[in-house]
Amino acid sequence: MTRYFSEDHEWIEVEGDLGTVGITDYAQGQLGDITFVDLPAEGASVGKGDSVSVVDSVKAASDVYTPVSGTIAEVNAALADAPELVNTEAETGGWLFRVTLSDTAEIGALMDEAAYKSYVDSL
Amino acid sequence: MSEYPVSDDENGSEDFVEDLAPLNLPLDAWHREQGGRMVEFAGYMMPVQYEGIMAEHLWTRESAGLFDVSHMGQLEVSGEGAAEALEALLPGDISALKAGRQRYSLLLDENGGILDDLMVTNRGGEYYVVVNGATKWDDIAHLREYLPDEITLNHLDEHALLALQGPKAADAFSRLGLEPAFPGMPRLEELKFMQSAPFFWEGRPLGVSRSGYTGEDGFEISVRAEDVAALADALVAQDEVKPIGLGARDSLRLEAGLPLYGHDLSPETDPVAAGLTFAISKRRKAEGGFLGADKVLPMLAQGTPRSRVGLVVEGRMAAREGAKVFREDQEVGVVTSGGFSPSLQQPIAMAYIDAELAAEGTSLTIEMRGKKLDCKVVPMPFVPHRYHR
Repeated sequence: MTRYFSEDHEWIEVEGDLGTVGITDYAQGQLGDITFVDLPAEGASVGKGDSVSVVDSVKAASDVYTPVSGTIAEVNAALADAPELVNTEAETGGWLFRVTLSDTAEIGALMDEAAYKSYVDSL
Repeated sequence: MSEYPVSDDENGSEDFVEDLAPLNLPLDAWHREQGGRMVEFAGYMMPVQYEGIMAEHLWTRESAGLFDVSHMGQLEVSGEGAAEALEALLPGDISALKAGRQRYSLLLDENGGILDDLMVTNRGGEYYVVVNGATKWDDIAHLREYLPDEITLNHLDEHALLALQGPKAADAFSRLGLEPAFPGMPRLEELKFMQSAPFFWEGRPLGVSRSGYTGEDGFEISVRAEDVAALADALVAQDEVKPIGLGARDSLRLEAGLPLYGHDLSPETDPVAAGLTFAISKRRKAEGGFLGADKVLPMLAQGTPRSRVGLVVEGRMAAREGAKVFREDQEVGVVTSGGFSPSLQQPIAMAYIDAELAAEGTSLTIEMRGKKLDCKVVPMPFVPHRYHR
């Protein structure tokens, strides 16, 4: 399994043609206390870069873009009662949705962990 | 990820401040040392949060929070006939305001639109006025235009302004050992809500009022810019006190049902629709004589088509400023402030809606991102005020 990162601060972990997507620990730190996550519908067709989810904090709402195209396979049901998981476990238990990739070549455009780290350091 | 436009500013004239480089407040370095995350707000760099909005909000409700509100405009109006001169612009009974008393008032335009909301204090013949940060330059221009030449308007721009808010604010503040500035003036503990007095703290002059913007007991403290870091240090050295950012300031005032200028109040809103008729004193209702009175007084008698109301929203998705409000399929209003209430753990909002739907308990919906959120009209404040009366 390999993890990739987008410039919009999403992470995706890919196994075969299934990707698990969340927002990075850096992103949750910027947003602050998360109070609600609006998740996509399972089965929805999504295109790379589409806004598919919204993360609400006390202060503001933020779009989450899917870093790859495909079909939403599953959403993280635990977030309905515990949206704070996105704060406490952003890159593990606070994942947002799983997507069946329609074009695995799209992950080539994403950053690896080292590249994302230097990207964040440059912000 | 990308953030939606942040709705925490009180910026009624965003275009005006947008082009200018942000200024630093006297406590800029202090905020950074305290771990504040600095953002541009009303033309200044200000701390939006320290440890997190939720924790800061709840801390203020149970203990005491220290807010830097030095971006706000501190003005002094003085001279023979200052009260009467202010009454030409404000709907409050300024002549009847006793020394050491503070009152909430409004700066109105000729149409009865709200140019700003403010606090005016009688400092023994001089009137100390605190206005919003984003509107202060427009307010000063307005006051200079309308005040007679013999009235002096001073901008106290070498003073900082702190707010200490929360149920333990009085305990923490009284430990600093302030001394009344003159014999016969009240001690700090004797001040009641909306009273004000001058003090010395270790020889440094402070203007203190028992008031604030959170719904809690607390104080607002005008202090010379050169003294503010020492005072802030002394306050956060008290166990009860933590620094609180603008984010929690906004969620606290929303729970307290207090409108935010530039969002819930603007030149397109009037005191009647805004539910601020308490700011129009009885004598002024009878006599008029303030700018906009010929528009506002008939509204008082006849009502207005819209009203500012509080809404509690079902579920967890917050309704945000600009969201449309519906009664069945009919659009009946718009949200002017909204967010997740840390104290109530549910979304709350203020909206302007058709006045005939403003009754408590009316069921409405709010459209957010293609969804319809169920909500109900509730009386404000959402969280009870705990002022020291």
